[in-house]
Amino acid sequence: MNPAATIQPAKVNRVYQKRLLTHRIGIALSVAAMAVGLAFLAWILVTLVIKGFGALNLDMFTKSTPAPGSEGGGLINAIVGSVMIVALSTALSTPIGILAGMYLAEYGEENKVASVTRFVTDIMLSAPSIVIGMFVWAMYVSTVKHYSGYAGSIALSLIAVPVVVRTTDNMLRLVPNSLLEAAFALGAPRWKVAMLVRLRAVKAGVITGVLLALARISGETAPLLFTALNNQFFSADMNRPIANLSSVIYSFAMSPYDNWRTLAWGGALLVTFSVLVLNIISRTVFSQKIPN
Amino acid sequence: MNTQLSQENIVAMNGKRKTIEISGLNFFYGKTQSLTNVNLDIHEKQVTAFIGPSGCGKSTLLRTLNRMYDLYPGQRAEGSIMYRGHNILEDSQDVNMLRAKVGMVFQKPTPFPMSIYDNIAFGVRLYEDLSKGEMDERVEWALKKAALWTEVKDKLSKSGLSLSGGQQQRLCIARGVAVKPDVLLLDEPTSALDPISTSKVEELISELKQDYTIAIVTHNMQQAARCSDYTAYMYLGELVEFGETDQIFMNPARKETQDYITGRFG
Repeated sequence: MNPAATIQPAKVNRVYQKRLLTHRIGIALSVAAMAVGLAFLAWILVTLVIKGFGALNLDMFTKSTPAPGSEGGGLINAIVGSVMIVALSTALSTPIGILAGMYLAEYGEENKVASVTRFVTDIMLSAPSIVIGMFVWAMYVSTVKHYSGYAGSIALSLIAVPVVVRTTDNMLRLVPNSLLEAAFALGAPRWKVAMLVRLRAVKAGVITGVLLALARISGETAPLLFTALNNQFFSADMNRPIANLSSVIYSFAMSPYDNWRTLAWGGALLVTFSVLVLNIISRTVFSQKIPN
Repeated sequence: MNTQLSQENIVAMNGKRKTIEISGLNFFYGKTQSLTNVNLDIHEKQVTAFIGPSGCGKSTLLRTLNRMYDLYPGQRAEGSIMYRGHNILEDSQDVNMLRAKVGMVFQKPTPFPMSIYDNIAFGVRLYEDLSKGEMDERVEWALKKAALWTEVKDKLSKSGLSLSGGQQQRLCIARGVAVKPDVLLLDEPTSALDPISTSKVEELISELKQDYTIAIVTHNMQQAARCSDYTAYMYLGELVEFGETDQIFMNPARKETQDYITGRFG
């Protein structure tokens, strides 16, 4: 009777079929991309566990790195050194990064200095870490004329600060204007709105940024080769060369000694899982929604 | 006859005390003018409603009264807004002090990311140095004013974000009341709320009128008719008609007002 009634659904159907096909191709590609990524991650983790598991014993956490040719040994000097260097670096970069991020979020729209800072931060984010190591070597190590844990912390801070700045800035700019207006409407001065309302609204996101920066610098090697160097013996003196996991992995992995290579795998396992745990913590414990 | 009546009304109004007198107010978003020559008085301990279609400038007008527009470069107001005898548009006006006196509640609930207690205490701490006991009393007082106390008294340390939308809005009203302002500006305070929460907030408005001068922006004509003593009808950045609410709704002087309130327009 009505030709439109019979033709119309078929036409709609063709459009729908095409859309369904596009949808399926899209999903298939996404799943494939995810599978490739996850497969490599799993491969790395499995290899680390298999090769590094042998080194996981009490000695690893009680003994220092062994001398060439000697049996056994552990990583305690490197673990302590790494923790000290990373801890100092985090302590340095967190306040600087958060304050700079707040500055960008508050004044970034209206001010030339802020937009230049944001641009430089973006460049720093992608600066090769070896360049940063070389810079600190030239500026600090060659001036004081010795390698040191402090130099290592400075180099790692230069890597961590831009990460913290960027995440803090990004998170703060997610805070809706309505929330800020509500605080201003009570007669709060700008600094109180920024500290007590805006920063607090995205506290979890900012902490996540700090943890991600921490995870990032925990695995850095190149800057430490130029700065903290390494130390075969146990030392907690940050003003001297100090052992650290990434330098130990670097030098032990390519050594001819079996126990050294095992320790390198053990160290790699330790670093990887620390970073993994940090990431998981930052993504679960501190994940929260932005108000409104 | 109508115009004569409204003249009389204005005389009657002038008998009451004016909290805010707006005269020759122009407002600009950059180069765009969004308020043109607005003249209006807001009376003490009365509710003044601003109605009009979207974009007519009623929220803009409200936001000049606590200089909220100051936060955004490029927005500026000309003319004069006398608040208790002082022109608040002058540069010498301390905007933080002004906002402590002229509080504001927004369209969407905006609880701060902190406990219910601290949401209330935040504003109070800005201008008063209270002991713990006094602060507890103030928080309770403000929450009672906002008809929220019974619902939250056992969970004051819970996050303000954990409340329902209607409760959040009453929390925001309590927060505004807690600093004991002189004037409360309400910018479509119920447009995001369900009917039950809306009626609670409306009851609250009549309650708060005992102590505060209130200006409310609303899209809801019935709300304006129910809650307000004075109504201003605005259109395209101009004040079309202003008078006592009964007169505006029963016997508007201007045809545009009549068309709007009867739903023939807008």
